[in-house]
Amino acid sequence: MSQMPQLSACPSCEWPLESGDRFCGACGYDLSAVPVRPDDNPTIAMNGSTAPPAGAPGTDWPVAAAPDGTAAPAATHLPADLQGRDSGGHELPPGTPPPPLSPPPAPPAPPAMSGPQAAPVAPAQGNQGDMPGSPGSPAATDHGLPAPGHHAAPGFAFPAPGAGVPDGAHPQPAPAGPPTPTGSPDSPASGVRFDRPPEPEEYPLQAPDPRIAPDLPTPREGTKVCVACRAGRVDHDGYCENCGHAQPRERDHMEQDVGPVAAVSDRGLRHHRNEDAFAVGCTALPDGRPAVLAIVCDGVSSATRPDAASMAASRAASESLLTALPRGTHPQQAMHEAIVAAANAVNALAGEPATAREHAPHQNAPACTIVGSVVTPELLIVGWVGDSRAYWVPADRSTPPARLTEDDSWAAQMVAAGLMNEAEAYADERAHAITGWLGADAYELEPHTASFKPDRPGVVVVCTDGLWNYAEAAEDMADVVPLDAAARPLHSAQVLVGHALDGGGHDNVTVAVLPFPAPPMGAGSA
Amino acid sequence: MANFSKSNVPQFSVDVYQNEYLPEGGREVNAIVTVTSTGGGTVGSAVAAPHLYAPGQGPSAGVAIMVDCSGSMDYPPTKMRNARDATAAAIDTLRDGVHFAVIGGTHIAREVYPGGGRLAVADATTRDQAKQALRRLSAGGGTAIGTWLRLADRLLHSDDVAIRHGILLTDGRNEHESPEDLKAALDACAGRFTCDARGVGTDWEVKEVTGIASALLGSADIVADPAGLAADFTRMMETAMGKEVADVALRVWTPVGTTIKFVKQVAPTVEELTDRRTEAGPRAGDYPTGSWGDESRDYHVCVEVPAAELGREMLAARVSLVVPQSDGSARNLGAQGLVRAVWTDDMVASTSINPQVAHYTGQAELAEAIQQGLDLRKAGDIDGATAKLGRAVQLASASGNADTAKLLAKVVDVVDATTGTVRLKAKVAEADEMTLETRSTKTVRVKK
Repeated sequence: MSQMPQLSACPSCEWPLESGDRFCGACGYDLSAVPVRPDDNPTIAMNGSTAPPAGAPGTDWPVAAAPDGTAAPAATHLPADLQGRDSGGHELPPGTPPPPLSPPPAPPAPPAMSGPQAAPVAPAQGNQGDMPGSPGSPAATDHGLPAPGHHAAPGFAFPAPGAGVPDGAHPQPAPAGPPTPTGSPDSPASGVRFDRPPEPEEYPLQAPDPRIAPDLPTPREGTKVCVACRAGRVDHDGYCENCGHAQPRERDHMEQDVGPVAAVSDRGLRHHRNEDAFAVGCTALPDGRPAVLAIVCDGVSSATRPDAASMAASRAASESLLTALPRGTHPQQAMHEAIVAAANAVNALAGEPATAREHAPHQNAPACTIVGSVVTPELLIVGWVGDSRAYWVPADRSTPPARLTEDDSWAAQMVAAGLMNEAEAYADERAHAITGWLGADAYELEPHTASFKPDRPGVVVVCTDGLWNYAEAAEDMADVVPLDAAARPLHSAQVLVGHALDGGGHDNVTVAVLPFPAPPMGAGSA
Repeated sequence: MANFSKSNVPQFSVDVYQNEYLPEGGREVNAIVTVTSTGGGTVGSAVAAPHLYAPGQGPSAGVAIMVDCSGSMDYPPTKMRNARDATAAAIDTLRDGVHFAVIGGTHIAREVYPGGGRLAVADATTRDQAKQALRRLSAGGGTAIGTWLRLADRLLHSDDVAIRHGILLTDGRNEHESPEDLKAALDACAGRFTCDARGVGTDWEVKEVTGIASALLGSADIVADPAGLAADFTRMMETAMGKEVADVALRVWTPVGTTIKFVKQVAPTVEELTDRRTEAGPRAGDYPTGSWGDESRDYHVCVEVPAAELGREMLAARVSLVVPQSDGSARNLGAQGLVRAVWTDDMVASTSINPQVAHYTGQAELAEAIQQGLDLRKAGDIDGATAKLGRAVQLASASGNADTAKLLAKVVDVVDATTGTVRLKAKVAEADEMTLETRSTKTVRVKK
């Protein structure tokens, strides 16, 4: 979604402001009351596309092979001298990668880390009867898992209702805890998080904090009760019959774990629907070796039905890969074809009429970005169009992480053309306008693909800008990725989504985590 | 051309036009709700193709024609003659099987046909008898419209019919009863039958006639030249014969914490409905719309919702159509529309105004500006009148309301329609001013 630059105008009366103003010159609005907005880098389309060079200027990347499947072996990923850090900010001893399941060093409890460990719970499933009833009972176990002593289980426990949760009370990652549960892709309501800070203002209609939900009579079996007011039933349109609030939709929060690879997508905190979509999968190459893939798409908000575009693209691309890879198509060629298939799927949407619900102020062809990755035992392939990204995060954090994609964005083009340096380009308000996308109104489709042969294990983080807005540099991303990411991809994806939500959740957030090398079949899940 | 495949049961549809996006802290939700009824008694099939309606078929309907017989109707004598001819033309337009009566109105109401406190059933014989009875109409006496309406109400409810409609013709002011009496009569009749009102000549009071039509959910117009009466009566009766469903109400449900700022009909005419709400269950209210044939009307609904966080979405109103039944229940006509509110930080989305909402906001202002301008002109405030009528000219021109623009041009000299620069005409024909005032609420639809 496009938006105003930070406080260039008074939020109350739109009076233009100077930097450093503390009160609005026109209406006296107290500008300190306006929360500083983290960079929300909207996905908007900008016409006039020329592809940036495949290699990132200034980044010591291996050269990608030509996407024709016959290319010379891809270059290996070379370690650089950048010092890695653990998630606590401590330097790691070089050459001693931590074992995947070793406990992370106790971080100094940054709120950014505490988020995802507090559990996603499912209040919209109509099972209030399962909610811990008595205030004061600690560590409720809605999912039937035993609470490990007094320590809350990571990923599961949530504080009992009736008690506000101070930040410090967030359960920290407990290495000895039970394994991370695998989220079910069809439990949509698990995205309602209990660990949001209290909202600054309480409106009569604002969703009451579920933690302080009063003891209401258990609703009749099968009745859907509004998640906002907890009093009204939900009508067939998905709105509350009492307070009118829209109910969480299936796509508001999605998780999927297919063993070695997992993905999480969340609506975020500021957008009214989730326009991101993903697909993950595993298959086998003709020689029996495993191949793992993930596709992530971000619907272009300024287009009509961006949610439909991202869903169609992610499905088409993953289907294409799952068909091509077992047939022996070179993964890079398969990725190229998958992006073309995704583009066709999005183009096909342009002919369909908009739904009755959609009286959008703008009507143009559905569009989305795409980024995908295929991992085999020795190859790492990425492909993309738009500004969704893939990052390489080595297991040995003493070796440098890297961004594997180059945005189709205005800023990236400016930098690539040598017209601006990176700081200037990204400071411009056009920085995040995308110059390439899938959709019928794209000038021409230029799928970018790249092939890598990393010489060490690690993970690929495939994500939309809803995440990388909060961890733009590869080093920042690596700082947020849990050390055991390869072994617990779903947990890692949850952590990364949590990082974005804690940062403000200004956009939809979608993350997929793939381990490299692709683990043997059946040995993926921890 | 009648559409023979149409069923006789009208189908209602509801379309909502709005910009649902609100900025952070935004509270006001505006929507234009278009209600369309199709497949019912079209004017085409009921009138132009009467063979489709065998006697007794189609909806049962009762019509009462109220003709002013006060003394002034004889000045000039053509007025009475034209009124008689017009009533005869209206009777000729009656479908076979429709119940009807003719009332002669003075300071009292008199049954002209059939008499005996009942309605006649239209066929060749009764039509002929009624026209004979019209010859006996003569002018003489005062004007007390409330008594006419009360008699029409009594007659229309003497038979069990589905649709009850009145046609009222007056040429003078309601001088022989107090405004309170008329108001009481209108209150008593509201919701019991619908009524079109016509003023003939220029000696009647515009606000009286439009007030009657508004209260009884009918149309109001001026027939300045009595010679035009027959054609107008025929048209009115055709419309009445096209009605298929009576007493339709717009039911608006709103969630807890919201306030309805207003509900008004904005097409084909501006009609304020906000104060006519009757409660209909929890958080729902009914706004009367009268009877419907094959037609489409637009309503402007404005709801104030409690502000919510960005990213939230809520239902601000649910609009449906019902026919309230005598036992307190309501028959739902099926169609409904949702008015939504979505809070976003996308300034482009939240600041854009839906074209329909903008258009009808302008049309409502146009009607108000004309009314105020004419009132100021009567009060002698030339500057105020010029400003208001200038604004009206500007709005009419910008929205493409050519009919109203033409009427305005008879009252003011338009210097520049775009800027709304006008001069009041020194001499304005009374008929022109009354026509403008009577028709000021007529709107045009959005140019698609």
